[in-house]
Amino acid sequence: MVLELQDVEVTYGNIRAIKGISLTVSPGELVTLIGANGAGKSTTLKTISGLLRPKAGTLRYQNQMLDRMPPHKIVALGISHCPEGRHVFGQLTVAENLRLGAIQRHDRDHVQQDVDHVYQLFPVLKERSTQRAGTLSGGEQQMLAIGRALMNRPQLLLLDEPSLGLAPILVSLIFDTIRKLKGEGTTILLVEQNARLALDVADRAYVLETGRVTLQGPAKELRHNPQVEHTYLGT
Amino acid sequence: MNIVFYSLQQLVNALSIGSLYALMAVGLAMVFSILRLINFAHGDLIMVAAYFAAFALLAKLPLGVTILLMIGGAVLVGLLMERVAYRPIRGAPDVAALLTSFAVGQILQNGTLLVTRLMQKPNPLAFPVIGALSGVFTFGAITIPRVNVVSLGLGIVLLVLLSLFVTRTDLGLSMRAAAEDLPAARLMGIDTNRVIATAFGIGSGLAAVAGLLFAVQAGQLTPYMGFTPVLKAFIAAVIGGFGSISGAIVGGYALGGLEVLLTAIPGIGDILPPNMVSPGVQAWLKQWLPSSLTSYRDAFVFVVLILVLLFRPNGIVGRREREEMG
Amino acid sequence: MNLPTQERILERAAGPGVAVLALGLLLIILQAAGLAFWQGFVINIGIFLILVLSLNLSNGFTGVFSLGHIGFMALGAYTSAILTLPLHEKQEYLPNLPTWLAGTHFDFRLGSFPVGFLAATLIAALLVSLVALLVGLVLMRLSGHFVAVATLGFLVIIRVLLFNADNLTRGSRTFSNVTPYTNLWWVWAWALLTIYIVWRVKQSPMGRAMYAQREDRWSAQSIGIEVMPPRLFAFVVSAFFTAVAGSLYAHFITSFSPTVFYFDLTFKVITMLVVGGMGSVSGSIVGTVLIVGLSEALRRIEDPTQLYGISGIVLAVLFILIIIFRRDGLLGQREIALDRLFMKGGGTGGEPYITNAD
Repeated sequence: MVLELQDVEVTYGNIRAIKGISLTVSPGELVTLIGANGAGKSTTLKTISGLLRPKAGTLRYQNQMLDRMPPHKIVALGISHCPEGRHVFGQLTVAENLRLGAIQRHDRDHVQQDVDHVYQLFPVLKERSTQRAGTLSGGEQQMLAIGRALMNRPQLLLLDEPSLGLAPILVSLIFDTIRKLKGEGTTILLVEQNARLALDVADRAYVLETGRVTLQGPAKELRHNPQVEHTYLGT
Repeated sequence: MNIVFYSLQQLVNALSIGSLYALMAVGLAMVFSILRLINFAHGDLIMVAAYFAAFALLAKLPLGVTILLMIGGAVLVGLLMERVAYRPIRGAPDVAALLTSFAVGQILQNGTLLVTRLMQKPNPLAFPVIGALSGVFTFGAITIPRVNVVSLGLGIVLLVLLSLFVTRTDLGLSMRAAAEDLPAARLMGIDTNRVIATAFGIGSGLAAVAGLLFAVQAGQLTPYMGFTPVLKAFIAAVIGGFGSISGAIVGGYALGGLEVLLTAIPGIGDILPPNMVSPGVQAWLKQWLPSSLTSYRDAFVFVVLILVLLFRPNGIVGRREREEMG
Repeated sequence: MNLPTQERILERAAGPGVAVLALGLLLIILQAAGLAFWQGFVINIGIFLILVLSLNLSNGFTGVFSLGHIGFMALGAYTSAILTLPLHEKQEYLPNLPTWLAGTHFDFRLGSFPVGFLAATLIAALLVSLVALLVGLVLMRLSGHFVAVATLGFLVIIRVLLFNADNLTRGSRTFSNVTPYTNLWWVWAWALLTIYIVWRVKQSPMGRAMYAQREDRWSAQSIGIEVMPPRLFAFVVSAFFTAVAGSLYAHFITSFSPTVFYFDLTFKVITMLVVGGMGSVSGSIVGTVLIVGLSEALRRIEDPTQLYGISGIVLAVLFILIIIFRRDGLLGQREIALDRLFMKGGGTGGEPYITNAD
């Protein structure tokens, strides 16, 4: 078990965004959270990475409790969060964005290796390495965001809506990359509105509705679950 | 003296005043860019640094020690300010933070007043003369106060060092990231408390240097002397494009130029050689530009500020407002 | 409630009515007892109350923070003081006045009632309102800390202008010889008027519009509430009363210079506003009494020991504590429900005007 959430509750002011979620992620797995807008998927990821504090429940990562940790310590544990909407640093160059991803690391020589790895995954980034990230297209920014998250050599990668706002051809490129990363052994927790793509690439899945887990199981099963098909796959 | 020398002299003046404004504005900009806080107590930091220097000099400490004490003291006060007054209100609405900075300023001003009294020193306090900074340089017909030259030189050196720090080091990179999108920066594993403390620390140190140079020029200190400089520094930062360090630097020099222009132009009427400009024009200049626009200078500068805020709120260097992560 | 209207009006008026009567009694006692210190104290409270309420109207209600209001106070003070100077004093004291001004003297009375003072105050306040209208048209489109700094700029500009307008204001020299018209009655008559007006504005549709665009500018605009009219209205009305306070102040301390109307005074008024609660009328009263009282008490410590600066530090620390621990001030936006004092279960509290999601 790499990550374990138990009965986590999160509130925004008076609104309970998450009303008791439990989930687990095992090493090397790709687990996906699917559900409609506002179901609480992004909130879950933000709580794991420390941007939000849970009101109740426990979050355990390997042997550490995450609930009271500030984000930079959570990152130090090996969790990388690639946020919804990408949020690359537009005023900084591509290269600087990547370097930022590795800001906590002390092994400078290996950092360059990882930069090259990212350029391998996304050759277009290498071309634009001295350009300001704000000048990149949406798809390129998404690639940069993922690459940046990888610079930390994460053991757990949190991906929030990587397909959002991207043209289909870029989406399939992104998901090919996700498959590649899975192949390399990275544990991934993926939040996606595009349920079909998510279920195709994942091992296991949880369905979130208004802050609660309503279905869970192996991705293949959920893929053919009539409820899921009807609500999220449009068949 | 002819107009070339006059212009040159004024140019050096403008650049040296501009250096001071830039040094002060940069501290404001760094803090604002990360925290969205306009720290009006920054001016009082300048004042406190000047007083540290004055007391050290009065105690006959050597110049080097004085400078160290002054910078160290200012940095300490700046860090304390951040920890005690600003950290508890992070996330508060803009105006609350602004008002808090005024309250901090009041504490510093009144504290200095109190200490001055307790130490039985007069108010205003005459700033001890520093040999290295007094006197003038003369090049032919041009005389430039030595302190102006030092301001200019020191200012440029420090600003270049700052730029290098911000662009070449990891900590500088973290600051730039935090300035752009604080929550996203935290996701990168940047310790925001450390970054913010660094911004305050560096800003305070630079302000201290500016404070010393100001004190030398002004000749005397009062606990309220920080008010006008901080307003000027703010104007400089806004003109350049508030929130960016490069904007603060550009704005600082622009403001210095503007101020000198306002004081220098009236003087032109007197020194324009008759063969350069007709007596009619000369008389016209003398009539319409009051011999001292100086007293209106501060008001004029604020009018410029308001105009900038209205028409080009992103300043000369300018940047769009960016959306931050929730 | 099914009470007939007349009874309801009486009930609602009972609380405030009693308060006003109590105030009147207090003033009579003070006047009769002739204790100059306490009279001065209560006058101070009254003048500051007008300032704080005006600022509340502008800053607290609309959320547009003006730091320049003391500039309006200065203008009101100087204008009315110049007007009320008797003719011969004008000639001696302000020899270079423009002729149209030099002939005025608002020192005439109706019997023993100083009508001239009233007229001068009104004229000053109206002129300042005009200035505020112009300034407001320019500055009220800004928001947040930018309008705060822009209005601070206004304060500085006014100060520079006052310093330079030698012929009118005597520049940096003290302006004295002002007739001490101000007394308990003037101050509190104006204060009660201000309380009443600000209170009414708060309850009116204009007041609600102010609050709407304070809480969320964009939402307000999307339902058709325009942002400029309520802001401008608040700004101008608050300037009017601030100028009145300036006139009262000028004829109370009888000698002043532009340095009086600057930052320390601004900060003091803001402290009263914040401590009491921005958006609450009763909060302003509480805050003013508290801070004026505290200042006086601290001054008793400062004067004998010559340790000036203590009061400034204490007030600033208090300010910071309130901002950190009780950001909305002691009363927030709530009001002390005076009209409930005489009903069953009455007392303080009442309902928040707008429920604030945190």
